[in-house]
Amino acid sequence: MNKLSARKFTVWRFALYVVLFVFAIYYLLPLYVMLANSFKPLSEIRQGDMMALPQVWTLDPWRSAWSTAQIGVQATGLKPYFYNSISMVVPAVLLSTLLGALNGYVLTKWRFRGDGVVFGLILLSCFIPFQIVLIPMAKMLGVLGLAGTTTGLVLVHLVYGLGFTTLFFRNYYAAFPTELVRAAQIDGARFFRIFWRILLPSSGPIIVVTVIWQFTNIWNDFLFGASFADADSVPMTVALNNLVSSSTGVKEYNVHFAGAVLAALPTLIVYVVSGRYFVRGLMAGAVKG
Amino acid sequence: MKDWFQAWLPRLVLGPGFLLILFFVYGFIIYTGYLSVSDSKMLPSYGFVGLDNYERLWQLRHWTGSLKNLAIFGALYIVICSVLGLFLAIMLDQKIRAEGLLRPIYLYPMALSFIVTGTAWKWFLDPGIGLEHTMHQWGWESFEFNWIKSRTHAIYTVVIAAVWQSSGFVMAMFLAGLRGVDPDIIRAAEIDGASRVRIYRRIIIPLMRPVFLSAFVVLAHLAIKSYDLVVALTGGGPGKATELPATFMYSYTFSRNLMGIGASSAIIMLIMIFSIIVPYLYAELRADPRR
Amino acid sequence: MKTTTIAASVALVLGLSTVTAAQAEDVEVLHWWTAGGEAAALDVLKQDLETQGVGWQDMPVAGGGGEAAMTTLRARVTAGNAPTAVQMLGFDITDWANEGVLGNLNSVAAEENWDEVVPTALQAFAKHDGNWISAPVNVHSTNWVWINKAALDEAGGKVPTTWEELVTVLDAMKANGITPLAHGGQPWQDATIFDAVVLSMGNDFYQKSMIDLDMDALSGDEMTEVFNRMEKLRSYVDENFSGRDWNLASSMVIEGSAGMQMMGDWAKGEFVKAEQTPGEDYLCIRFPGTQGSVTFNSDQFAMFGQDDGDSDAQLKMASSIMNPVFQSAFNVVKGSAPARTDVPNDAFDDCGKKAMSDLAEANTANSLFGSMAHGHAAPAAIKNAVYDVVTQHFNGELSSEEAAGELANSIEAVL
Repeated sequence: MNKLSARKFTVWRFALYVVLFVFAIYYLLPLYVMLANSFKPLSEIRQGDMMALPQVWTLDPWRSAWSTAQIGVQATGLKPYFYNSISMVVPAVLLSTLLGALNGYVLTKWRFRGDGVVFGLILLSCFIPFQIVLIPMAKMLGVLGLAGTTTGLVLVHLVYGLGFTTLFFRNYYAAFPTELVRAAQIDGARFFRIFWRILLPSSGPIIVVTVIWQFTNIWNDFLFGASFADADSVPMTVALNNLVSSSTGVKEYNVHFAGAVLAALPTLIVYVVSGRYFVRGLMAGAVKG
Repeated sequence: MKDWFQAWLPRLVLGPGFLLILFFVYGFIIYTGYLSVSDSKMLPSYGFVGLDNYERLWQLRHWTGSLKNLAIFGALYIVICSVLGLFLAIMLDQKIRAEGLLRPIYLYPMALSFIVTGTAWKWFLDPGIGLEHTMHQWGWESFEFNWIKSRTHAIYTVVIAAVWQSSGFVMAMFLAGLRGVDPDIIRAAEIDGASRVRIYRRIIIPLMRPVFLSAFVVLAHLAIKSYDLVVALTGGGPGKATELPATFMYSYTFSRNLMGIGASSAIIMLIMIFSIIVPYLYAELRADPRR
Repeated sequence: MKTTTIAASVALVLGLSTVTAAQAEDVEVLHWWTAGGEAAALDVLKQDLETQGVGWQDMPVAGGGGEAAMTTLRARVTAGNAPTAVQMLGFDITDWANEGVLGNLNSVAAEENWDEVVPTALQAFAKHDGNWISAPVNVHSTNWVWINKAALDEAGGKVPTTWEELVTVLDAMKANGITPLAHGGQPWQDATIFDAVVLSMGNDFYQKSMIDLDMDALSGDEMTEVFNRMEKLRSYVDENFSGRDWNLASSMVIEGSAGMQMMGDWAKGEFVKAEQTPGEDYLCIRFPGTQGSVTFNSDQFAMFGQDDGDSDAQLKMASSIMNPVFQSAFNVVKGSAPARTDVPNDAFDDCGKKAMSDLAEANTANSLFGSMAHGHAAPAAIKNAVYDVVTQHFNGELSSEEAAGELANSIEAVL
């Protein structure tokens, strides 16, 4: 009897692993296409078998994408644009996370009349299609004197990221015991001190979720980068698009794929390294109603 | 004086961010609303033309077609992502040894931009060079997979790629939800002799209700905003078979220099989004007694 | 100068921005020649300007054959931060000129006698109200057919000069078991073939239907015949054509799995890259029935008026663009013909030489027409209306009669 159920058990486990690995293949396929072709010389791609492994392995496409490919008139590869993206992404992520945390704190622990409406309006702002804000935003950046600057891009990403960061922190802090806040108040602690000493130290998981979300979205943004940057502030995705979408030039697909993987590396690393905390963070609040 | 400051401090902290949003989101929506009743072509212009743009919009086969496509795409995308996400989360929650390896594999597509993964998908789905070709080479001559070339089926390939991108994220949401279920409830049910399937069907999945709602909101907004995906994968073709409202709006506003019509389609899109989100939000904020 | 210093120090203080405000002698150039050989060719211009003391700030934005760059341009102009020079096509130049934001190049044009050397059909775009507003870089012609020589030899070896002969060759190629026509099913590619087919019905018909937008010509029997021919061509395309990039279609011709491709002269770059020689490995001919006529598109650089008046740098740039040495060097790489008729053809290959002589001939014979598919026959809204109908018909959603009627209707709707 015991033996039978043990066998049934292993068969079931086996099927489970098979299903899970089949799905893993589905998720990995496009990455495989990209990687396999990025190690081929262009002539091999032209022969037309896109799914095959390279017959001749070469690292040239990677070298080219990183440092010698033509991006605009300069043959610089993607290298210099990393700095532009980093100097835009880091302040934008930090500021939007901090503001989101403060908003969530106020909306749950210092409630006032009409806070529900305020939260509703902030949340709805997540759903605005970005194409419609291009022209008025350009006008405003011009008025503020921020047109074409990294500072301007940071502002744009801050504004359109605030809805999500506020949502994440508000849901997280809603589950945080309000009694602790009240007790600290009785002990004479003030607004910022409570935030700094009591809420922030226990916000680790949700900070991870927010940072991942914001980092991915801002790093991958193309529309704002293409519209609001100028020669000195062009971010990575715009450079990548310049590398791959030249309309009437010869398409070096191997270089394109290598470039795409290079451009995605920061986000990929963030996902892989913090994946565990990501689920834990979601668990801790972001998915609760 | 100081007490007054302390009392108002929370609102002062919230204020700047809220004002930014009021201006840069709601101000701009009102502005777009005005453009939609103006004679704007290449650049904004402020001559009032009433509802002309809306009338012309609804006469365009191109627009109604894109709405139909969105209905098919959106429904399939949301349902498949949710079901697949829940399914994978349950599978992964069976104390799987390789979870640390599998989870990032399911999750990573969300980290990539479609500018180039679109090309990879396009090749993979192309019968001449992708999956069908490979199967033929492996000896399965009758294998056929040419949806991306078909006017009636191309929209489903957009669903396949879109599900690929976001189902891992939904999986993570459900996994988090499953991990949050109180183990005592499950243990009690097991003691009562309930089978595994029954425990999931009767106890655990109903507990996932808030996750379903969150996933729905996230997916609905991704579906309506889908743009990069279509541009990279099919460019709206074959013919107009995969045109969506977001691509329509961009095309009319920026490629065709018909900004007025573009703005009116944007307003319709916003109305659609808000009519989905607002009821959810209302219910959510109402059912919130503890705060 | 003072504001520049202030802006720079503000940027330093903020520590976020890496902006360096443009020097008076800089040009910031928005363009979409972002990768590979064409971008390298543009570098020649940059270096030429640098020897004259004009700095070059590069602002490339790729995507959709310039559409993404035009979106960027709109945002930049709205923000009051227009680039100094912008690559533009056809009616976009006219549209921006109508907004009154383009600079004036008359002084350098008069000095260098542009009126004499630039083909008249190009001047229609480069001049607005009698003033020079942009400097043309090249002339692409779009009514080319690229044929694999070996495949043609097998199919009888006779270069087709009429529609009927073309059909004969295509049939022979089909019988030989290759894809006769390599094509990518994207609206602009469908429309590129459409251009050539319309032109093959005669110069007058092209003028009447595509440029004058005459409703009778657009919906008449001749247009139905055009769509019939499109349907015929459709039957020579393999079943996986839809969505294919044009260069993958070129590869099919290079590899010999397809017989020919109908595409503008940028396709030559693919053949050159694959180390093929015109006349030996491949042939370049005009679309049968369009010999002596050319449909073109021309990349031009328009100059935007600036507050701080650095028009000196703009004039220098315009002059450098029109320099015959640059025109030759750039167009050899790009595959196009120079935008002036007096450039020596020594550096060009056989197809390039043919392109230049065809262009000169068409210019004198008044058979040089703007390409509808590439925004040189009608404004963007009409071009896209044509795309819609041509693509729907090519994908079998409309019959030829319906397509002709629909073409007239949808153009009328956006007029």
